[in-house]
Amino acid sequence: MLYIKCPYCGLRAQKEFSYGGDATVKRPNINEEVSSEDWDKFVYMRKSPRGKHVELWQHIAGCRQWIKVQRDTATHEIFQTAKVTEEIR
Amino acid sequence: MSQPFRLNKEGLINRNKKISFTFNGKKLFGYEGDTIASALIANGIHLVGRSFKYHRPRGFFGAGVEEPNAKLQVEFNGHSEPNVNATEMELVEGLSATSQNCWPSVNFDVGAINNFLKMFFPAGFYYKTFMWPKSFWYKIYEPFIRKAAGLGVASIEKDKERYEHKFEYCDLLVTGSGPSGLASAYAAAKNGAKVILAEDKPRFGGTLLTDDVSIDNLSGKDWAEKIITELKSMPNVTVKNRSQVFGYYDHNMLVMFERVSDHLEKKSKFTPRQRLWYIRAKETILSTGSIERPIVFGNNDTPGIFLSAAAKEYMKVYGVLVGKKPLIFTNNDSAYETALEFKKNNVEPIILDTREEHSSELIDEAKSKGIDIRFSHGVIVANGYKKVKSAKIGKLNKDKNSFEKIETIECDCICVSGFWTPSVHLASQSGNKLKYEEKIDAFIPDKKKQHETSVGAANGSFTLEESLKHGFENGSNLSAKITETKTEISIPNVNEKKYGAHDKFWCMPLPKNENPKRFVDFQNDVSVSDIEIALREGYRSIEHVKRYTTLGMATDQGRTSNLNGLQLVSNIENKIVPEVGHTTFRPPFTPITIGTIVGREVGMEYMPTRKTPMHEWHEKNNAVFVDAGAWKRPRYYKQGNETLFEASKREAKNVRENVGICDVTTLGKIDIKGPDAAEFLNRVYTNAWMKLPVGKARYGLMLREDGIVMDDGTTTRISENHYHMTTTTAQAANILSHLEYYLQIVWPELNVNVVSTTEQWAGAAIAGPKSRDMLSKLYPDLDVSNDALPFMGYREAEFFGVPSRIFRISFSGELAYEINVKSDHGMFMWEKMMEVGKEFGNQPYGTEALSTLRIEMGHVAGPELDGRTIPSDVSLNGLVSKKKDFIGKNSLGREAFNVESRQKIVGLIPIDRKSSIPEGSHIVQDQNAKLPNPKLGHVSSSCWSVENNNPFSLAIMKDGKNMIGKKFFAVSPLKNKSIEVEVISSHYVDPEGKRVRS
Repeated sequence: MLYIKCPYCGLRAQKEFSYGGDATVKRPNINEEVSSEDWDKFVYMRKSPRGKHVELWQHIAGCRQWIKVQRDTATHEIFQTAKVTEEIR
Repeated sequence: MSQPFRLNKEGLINRNKKISFTFNGKKLFGYEGDTIASALIANGIHLVGRSFKYHRPRGFFGAGVEEPNAKLQVEFNGHSEPNVNATEMELVEGLSATSQNCWPSVNFDVGAINNFLKMFFPAGFYYKTFMWPKSFWYKIYEPFIRKAAGLGVASIEKDKERYEHKFEYCDLLVTGSGPSGLASAYAAAKNGAKVILAEDKPRFGGTLLTDDVSIDNLSGKDWAEKIITELKSMPNVTVKNRSQVFGYYDHNMLVMFERVSDHLEKKSKFTPRQRLWYIRAKETILSTGSIERPIVFGNNDTPGIFLSAAAKEYMKVYGVLVGKKPLIFTNNDSAYETALEFKKNNVEPIILDTREEHSSELIDEAKSKGIDIRFSHGVIVANGYKKVKSAKIGKLNKDKNSFEKIETIECDCICVSGFWTPSVHLASQSGNKLKYEEKIDAFIPDKKKQHETSVGAANGSFTLEESLKHGFENGSNLSAKITETKTEISIPNVNEKKYGAHDKFWCMPLPKNENPKRFVDFQNDVSVSDIEIALREGYRSIEHVKRYTTLGMATDQGRTSNLNGLQLVSNIENKIVPEVGHTTFRPPFTPITIGTIVGREVGMEYMPTRKTPMHEWHEKNNAVFVDAGAWKRPRYYKQGNETLFEASKREAKNVRENVGICDVTTLGKIDIKGPDAAEFLNRVYTNAWMKLPVGKARYGLMLREDGIVMDDGTTTRISENHYHMTTTTAQAANILSHLEYYLQIVWPELNVNVVSTTEQWAGAAIAGPKSRDMLSKLYPDLDVSNDALPFMGYREAEFFGVPSRIFRISFSGELAYEINVKSDHGMFMWEKMMEVGKEFGNQPYGTEALSTLRIEMGHVAGPELDGRTIPSDVSLNGLVSKKKDFIGKNSLGREAFNVESRQKIVGLIPIDRKSSIPEGSHIVQDQNAKLPNPKLGHVSSSCWSVENNNPFSLAIMKDGKNMIGKKFFAVSPLKNKSIEVEVISSHYVDPEGKRVRS
C-alpha cells in the first residue's frame, strides 16, 4: 500500500485516496473552438510511461482535495506531491 | 502414558502441566510448551502424512516454518483447520490432529500405489496425460486429481472466531528475535526510537535458545531473556511473539500475522484468534536468520530424517530425542553441535562428514568426547519404508563422484546438514535484487530499494560475534538518524565455537544400477530425475522449470529446496548458480488464514449499512428491503401473503389512482454555493441554467467528456447563490468527486463550493392525483394551487412546526411533490404523512412500484443510462443546448453518435399482452435464425403497466423510433423464453406529460 503525502494533511495511507489519471492533461478551454483532433487527444489519448508519471489523486477520505503525485509507475516510488495549483518538475 | 523419547531434564517446556490430545484417534499427551510435532516425536511417532504425488510415507523434517511435510488436519476450539504445520502449532488441551492425503489411513494408504508406478508419474505428467478428450477435464480428470493430490479439507462451517486488523507505525521494525534482531532492537530502543520486535515463535531468542554460546558470561538463552525483559519494560518498544512478518510491500509497509489465542485454553469473548498488523516502518531490520538446507540422497524423504538443527532444537527446547541411534550427515561444522548434544544426553551418534579428515574446534571436541566420526563419508540411501531402519553409507573418492567402500549401518534417524541458506524472502519482496555469495553458496541481499537492512544470518554472517556487532551497529545508526539521539552501547563479549570451512557438497552420487528417488522438494514430490526431465525437455528458465516440475511451490515456498534445485539446474546446464538465478519470492512467507485477511469485515460488518431516518417505520410495516449501494430501501410493503409482483402492482396502482408516499432520502444531495454557481451548473449540465429563477427547480443532464450520459437529477435554486442538486442514489459519491475535479483543477477561477448534504435531509415523495389535496392538509397555511406552486416550483414552509422544503418534482410522472426535512425530523414527517394521508387513500410505495411508474412513463434511469448511451439515445436531446458549451459537448458530434441506425430507446409490449419480458432479453428479428443471430438491441427495463394492465418494457434498439409498429422477438436464453413483441413509443402513459403539470 502506497504512502502518499497529501500537501494539506501529510502522509496518509493509499486507501484514503482515489486515483485520477494523468495530471498533465489539460482540458480545452470552455467556450473555445477546438479541433476534433485536439478534442480526441484530450478525451482518449494517454501516455502510459514506465517510470516517472505525474498523476492526479483525490484525498477522498480526507480533505477531498485533488492533488498531484509524481510516481514511478514501475517501482511505485513517489518523488514529489503537490497541490494542483503547483508545478511538479 | 510414558513418552519413550522424552528426555528427563532438558527443554523449555513446562513439565508440570500435561496436555492430552489425539493423533489419528489415538490418545496421547505432551507438555505445555510442546508443538504437535515435539509431542508426537516424544511419543515415538514419526509417520504423520503421505506425500503429495506418490503418497510416500512422510515424517517431520524441521522444527519450525521450514517444515515441508508435516501438515495436519487439526481440530481444536471447535475449528477444523487443514494444512496446519505440526512443527509450529502449539499443543492445547483436547486438540485432535489427523493425517492428510491418505486413505484409508496413514499406515495403509491406497494412493501409495503411485509410488510403485512412479515411472509413470514424471514431471509434467498431468500436463501430458490429461490433454484430451477436452470434455473429460472438468468431469473426470480434474475432480480425480484434486481428490488424489489434495492437502487437507477446508471446513464449510461458518468461522465463529474473531479476527482483527491493526494499523501501526514505528521508527524501526525488527523481524526476528535472534541475536542480531535483539541487538538491533535494543540499540534502537536505547536511542529512543519507537521499536516493534516481532518473533515468529512462542519463545524469543532464535538460535540463542539452542546454540552453545555465552554472551557477557550469560548463556545465550539467559542473555536473550535479559534483553527481552528490558525491552518489554521500555514504553517505546512493542515486543510480539507468535508474530510472523510475512510480507514486505510498497513504501515500507510490512504485514504481520499474530497468532493471538490459539495456544490459550481460555480466552475472553472479545479476544481475537489472530490479528493482522499493517506496519508502516520508517526503517526495517531484517533479522530473519537462516534455514539449514539438506543434502540430497536416496530415499531422503523417509520418516526419521531430520535437518540437523531441528534435531538439536527438539532436544534443547522440547527435551525430545528424534532418535536413539542417530546418524549425522554433514558437510559442515554446525551438525557437530547436534552430535555433541546427543552425546550429552547419553546417545551415541555417528558422524558422516563429506569433508576429508581435518581439524577444527568442534571436530576436536567431538573427537575428544569419543564420537565416531567418518570423514569422506555420506549417506547413499536410507532404508526403511515408514521409518528409517538403516542407511547404506559410502566412503567417497577424492572427486566425490564414486565410492571407495559401501556398507550398511543401522540407525533410527538421520540428521542432515548441507550448510545454511539466509532467509532473504522479505528483502527480496522489498525489491532488493539479491546477489550470490560464493562463500556460502547462497543468495544474500544486495542493493536496497526500500528502507530495509538485513543483519546476522539473514545477511550471510553466521557467527554470533558478527551478528551481534551488525545488530548493534545497524540498530543504533538507523534509529539515530530518526531520533537524532545516540546512546553508546558497548558490544558484549562473546564466547562461541569457531566453525571450519564447509564443503560445497549438496548431492550424493548413486552407485551403478541403483536408482532410488532422491527428493529435492519434499512438499511437492519433486525429485532429481523430475528436474532432469524438465531440462531434457527444453525448459531453461528457472521460472519455467519451477512451474513445470512444481519445484519450490506451495506452502513452504521451497524454503528447504530452492538452492538444491538451483544447484542441480546449474550442474546440468553447466552454468554457475547466479546465472541460473532464483525464482521470485512472494508473500506470504508462511501460510496465513483467510480469516485474518478478512478481519472483521464479515457479515453485517462487510460494509456499512445506511438506513434512512424512516427505516424503523418501514421495518414495522413489513417492508421488504433491497440494497441500493450501502443503503437499505423498501422494495415493497408486504400485505398478507402478497408476492412482490402483487404488492408492487397494488402500490403503483394506488399512486395512479389516489396518492402514495415514497422514502427518497437516499437520493444524492449536493449543496452548491457561490457567486459563480449558475455558471458552474451551466458548464456541468447539458441544458441552460443561467436564467433559472430563485424558487424554481430544473431537470438536468450531465455528460462525461466522452459524451456519454453520466447522471441526471433536478437542481433547485434555493437563493441567489445557493443551489440544491440531486443525483441518483448510485452516483452520489462519483458526482461529488466529478464536481470537485472541475472546481479544483479545470476551472479554479469559479468561486463555487460544493458539499454533500445527502445525510442532512430526509426526503419523502408524495405522488398521485390526490397529492395536492394531501399537501394542502399538510400545509394548511400555504397556497399549494397550480398557480402558486407550479410544476418545478419550490417553497420553504413549516411542516407542523418543522422547517421543510417543498419541491414540485416528479419521478413517477404523476402530480407529485417531494418534501425534505432535516434528517432528525424524518420519522416525524413520515408518520404525519401517513396520518394525514389516510383520508386520501395514501399508501407507502417501494422501489419496485417506483420503477413501474417511471418505466411506463418512459422515464430513463440506471438501466438506460448504462454508460453507453448519449442524450439522443434516450430521447433527451431536448435537454442538450446548442447555444452554450458544457462538459462533453464536443464529443456529441462524433460520427458514431450520429448514425441513423444507432440503438435508441423504444417501448415494447408483448403481442399476447400477457407474457412479461425478462430484463436483459435480446431483440432479434427471427427467433429461429442460425447463430450468431443478429442482435438488434436489448430490453433494459420491464414492468407490468398498471395503467394498461399488461406488460411493458423499455428497450435500447437499433433504428429506435423507426421501428415503431414492427414486430420482433425478445429472447432470453437465461430464462429460456422467447416472446413476440411489438415496438411502440417509450412513453406508454401520458406521453404529453399533462399529469405532472395538472
